[in-house]
Amino acid sequence: MARRDGQSQNLGSRLVQLGFLAAVLALWYLATNRWGVNRLLLPNPLSVWRQLIDVLRSGEYLPDLRVTLTELAVAFVLAMTSGTVVGFFVSRTRYSIRVFEPLFAGIYSIPIILFLPLYILFFGLGPSSKIALGTTISFFPIVLSTVAGFGNVDRTLVTAARSMGASNYQMFRYVLVPAALPVILTGLRMGFTVALLSIIGSETIASLAGLGHHIVQLAEGMDMPRMFAYIAFVVAIAAILNGAVSFLEARGRRRLG
Amino acid sequence: MTAGDLAVRVKNVSHQFGEAGEAQHVRALLDTSLDIKRGELLCLIGPSGCGKSTLLNVIGGLMAPTGGAVEVAGKPVRGPLPRDIAFVFQENALFPWNTVVENIRLGMLFQGVPKAEHEPRARKSLEAVGLAEFANHYPGQLSGGMRQRAALARALSLETGILLMDEPFGALDEQTRMILGEDLSVLLARTEKTIIFVTHSLGEAVFLADRVAVFSARPGTVKKIIRVDEPHPRKPEFVTSEKFAALRNELYALLHDEIRKTVSETAARSF
Repeated sequence: MARRDGQSQNLGSRLVQLGFLAAVLALWYLATNRWGVNRLLLPNPLSVWRQLIDVLRSGEYLPDLRVTLTELAVAFVLAMTSGTVVGFFVSRTRYSIRVFEPLFAGIYSIPIILFLPLYILFFGLGPSSKIALGTTISFFPIVLSTVAGFGNVDRTLVTAARSMGASNYQMFRYVLVPAALPVILTGLRMGFTVALLSIIGSETIASLAGLGHHIVQLAEGMDMPRMFAYIAFVVAIAAILNGAVSFLEARGRRRLG
Repeated sequence: MTAGDLAVRVKNVSHQFGEAGEAQHVRALLDTSLDIKRGELLCLIGPSGCGKSTLLNVIGGLMAPTGGAVEVAGKPVRGPLPRDIAFVFQENALFPWNTVVENIRLGMLFQGVPKAEHEPRARKSLEAVGLAEFANHYPGQLSGGMRQRAALARALSLETGILLMDEPFGALDEQTRMILGEDLSVLLARTEKTIIFVTHSLGEAVFLADRVAVFSARPGTVKKIIRVDEPHPRKPEFVTSEKFAALRNELYALLHDEIRKTVSETAARSF
């Protein structure tokens, strides 16, 4: 019974979400076709749609997509590795948690994107600066959740495992990791999202290639329909990536009960 | 009594948390000595904070006492002894991400039991506690009483000579507790394990124990040991017998003063 209620509620909220999207599209159409909003500010949704089809058919997005995705993948792997390793070692003593946790939380709360000019100076206009910035920004949610995950394992479980003779490796593999993983997975998803945001964002500010870079180029060429088409494309890519990461997170959780 | 009959010897054990003068300084145990015979069930009972659980952790090698020593089978305890001693904790000591049978197998893996023995031993211990049908349930899907049965099955599968139980039924309701107590008595009559059982419940102590060690208020030490001469398995009728009532009353009288002392000390601190 409760399950059915949940399902119909879910369906209801989905309908509202779809209705909202449809309303936005309708308003957009009316604004351009009826209310005479300047085409340079807001292109007609139909011409955007035609441009989008053209972009997808021609495959001209491929080099930029490849650059952005490579930057994202490298940055995320670096942040994931360093964040989980550093987080694990920080979580080992109360003292190091007390020292480092507020430090990481403090840095996490400042907009690191402000340091983009420095990153450009150090790493140049190419992908290296995007990777370095993305790694830095996504390191903090990952390290914080790893510290929280490993730092809050139920003491009773650790004591029980110790009383049964668990070795250090067994303790790590069968007690600490499964206990900490749900929290760490949340941190990884957050880290992935901020890496994506900061990489595309920094591409729009100072870069030589990438999807963000391409969008800014189109804007500078006043090619509004094509720029909107690219924005829609990037939104779709981001939605797919975030959906995939959320799916992996849920699967990782389920496997561990 | 010869040394061979002795499973655990507690010699002048004292324990304090923190250093003298510190705010968190607590003297939990003071010069406690106890001899526990092989195959005996000893209950530790006493007011809250009297150091019963601390003593259990010291015996199990999970905690080093600040004074005195513990011997298991004639050897001094310096750390956990998974081959000799298994624990059952108050609650939530099952790994929630593993099923009941996975929890039992993991215990055997930690203890170093050969893989081939995992399956038969797990099945045997689950049958012993009446949980065979729930082998593939997760702890979160079981009631509190069933979770404690599963924890007991995990401890039994380790086939240790000594079982340390720290208020294993403490978080359960009175009725579940009664049934688990009866089942435990039946189970233990068959196994010949040495058991040290910490409890708050007078009835539970009299019903299960061969001897009951009554602790004084903090810093705890053994005030008196009461013998319960009644063969295992104990029948439910034992609870309504005069002998049971007399022993329970004796325990109550012994404990009452100690609990008063604890309460007035706690009250004095908070005012």
